[in-house]
Amino acid sequence: MTTVVEQESATAAVPQGANREGLIFEHSKKGRRGYRLPALDVPERSDLLSPSLMRDEIANEVEVSEVDVIRHFTRLSKLNVSIDAGLYPLGSCTMKHNPRLNEELARTPGFALSHPLQADHQVQGNLELLWHIEQTLKEIFGMPRVTLQPVAGAHGELTGILMIHKALAKSGNARKFILIPDSAHGTNPASAAFAGYEVKELKSNSRGTLDLHLLEQHVDEDVAALMITVPNTLGVFETEIRKMAEILHRKGAYLYCDGANLNAFVGIARPGDMGIDLIHSNLHKTFSTPHGGGGPGAGPVGVSERLVPFLPTPTVERRDDGSFYLDDDHPDSIGRMRAFNGNFNVLVRALTYMRSMGPDGLRRIAQIAVLNANYIRARLKGTYHLPYDAPSLHEVVFSDKNQTPHEVHTLDIAKRLMDYGFHPPTIYFPLIVAGALMIEPTESEPKEELDAFCDAMLAIARECEERPELVRSAPHTTPVRRLDEARAARQPVLRWQPRSD
Amino acid sequence: MTPEDSRYAKSHEYIHVEGNVGTIGITDYAQKELGDVVFVELPQVGTQLELGDELGSIESVKAVSELFSPVSGEVVEVNESLADKPELVNTDPYGDGWMIKIKLTAPDEVDELMNAEDYEDYIQTEAGK
Repeated sequence: MTTVVEQESATAAVPQGANREGLIFEHSKKGRRGYRLPALDVPERSDLLSPSLMRDEIANEVEVSEVDVIRHFTRLSKLNVSIDAGLYPLGSCTMKHNPRLNEELARTPGFALSHPLQADHQVQGNLELLWHIEQTLKEIFGMPRVTLQPVAGAHGELTGILMIHKALAKSGNARKFILIPDSAHGTNPASAAFAGYEVKELKSNSRGTLDLHLLEQHVDEDVAALMITVPNTLGVFETEIRKMAEILHRKGAYLYCDGANLNAFVGIARPGDMGIDLIHSNLHKTFSTPHGGGGPGAGPVGVSERLVPFLPTPTVERRDDGSFYLDDDHPDSIGRMRAFNGNFNVLVRALTYMRSMGPDGLRRIAQIAVLNANYIRARLKGTYHLPYDAPSLHEVVFSDKNQTPHEVHTLDIAKRLMDYGFHPPTIYFPLIVAGALMIEPTESEPKEELDAFCDAMLAIARECEERPELVRSAPHTTPVRRLDEARAARQPVLRWQPRSD
Repeated sequence: MTPEDSRYAKSHEYIHVEGNVGTIGITDYAQKELGDVVFVELPQVGTQLELGDELGSIESVKAVSELFSPVSGEVVEVNESLADKPELVNTDPYGDGWMIKIKLTAPDEVDELMNAEDYEDYIQTEAGK
């Protein structure tokens, strides 16, 4: 079991200010240089800019040596918590291991150094790669075509809703509403609203799924689509998707699937076979591309036959002689969603993963991801309250209900986990669970890591009973103690200013 | 704990009526559930609200939630001090943390809301979920 330094001793052992690295600006020393420009070997021209546009000095110029820079950024990197250092169980925002082979192939000069404006005949390999990833995703989705342009999951959602809009508008009525269950990802309503639709929220039942009769009540000729997250944010699989699709299709509406959680069923079930019209996949969640820091990402969207004419352009096509080309000839297309072909180098990484896993390996990903989540569920159930008892797939949602009698809440538990060396899970989401702790381990984790995490969670639960103050005041061993999140939100300081001293 | 002289909606807004004007805010239970409030968005004076209309939103460190009007009427005053001091919702929900004053157009609607005792029972069952 992890040993945790107690609050008292930790405070005494760490000298004040020891963990304050500061910004690079604060390391500046007048006259210090890391690099000197070579001697000027062309005629000097100082007459090109008017003196009024010339600065006498650069404000806040950073003057540091090479060793200053290396040490500063190395120290910062040691403060960073990442999947390379341990479990990162953020439910709904999965961080899984990024195999180094993906990185190696993405750096292949032919991929890394090519330019998107090169002629088709010069980049046949790149086009072939795009074509292959589309073929692979078509097979995984069970759908006739896939666009690779969207550069994030939410961007894929927007792409999908715009296709729905265009298809409906072409048939005479673009309609007004998009239905979204309260267990969906938070980006869904934003994407629907951004595309010009009004959102109607549907309440989940006590099993955490969507009732067919509730759906039936809400679907009419004004509804453009239902957006469901499968499995949903409770980690629960909707089992009546085909019937939902029938209800929607009868009224001419579409079924959009947020496939961010595809890692729970890749290789096992195919959205196209369930009657789903569109699905996006966040490639980082299932196909091990990097995630974090806002990108670059990729959110390819698969579509059913009747939406194919509306796909973004250009598409990648193969001629009979085996050569590839970009095809802009799609008169009903919604147009471009992104310059060129999306985040190409992310797609290289994803295809590397798909190919190194193979069909059986991809199925195994889903099986292990689900097994790992259920292992955590089995070990923590009883100690932590499980608000929905339906079987969990890739993630499991607990609440702080068993801990609140000791005046300890989800936020405190999350902070205390840091003392045990773990990144906290997603907290207070989904919103339909009060005090939610949303844990998604992914298939990357060995049993030892899962056990260490569960041991820490169980130890914290005991602390909640025996020493609640220790949990309430956590974290104790991190570079900074508990941050004042309310003040940070109320009075944000968004710009660094040099200290006046 | 829950003031006897106010009425309560299932969505955890209270209304305190004097004459034909009601003062609306969120309950102590609601502010505790939300946690530290960091921003309150309120309607403009003169806005006409129907029963159940969204009157604004409240952002805490946990989440953004919608606020619903427990009655119909016209907004006659909003609590400007919440712009700088949203924490008043946490520290004094029934007093300085009030949100809007509304001129009632259908005073009967107030009778449909819960009284303090019913609301206490209601939050007991809510918390039990």
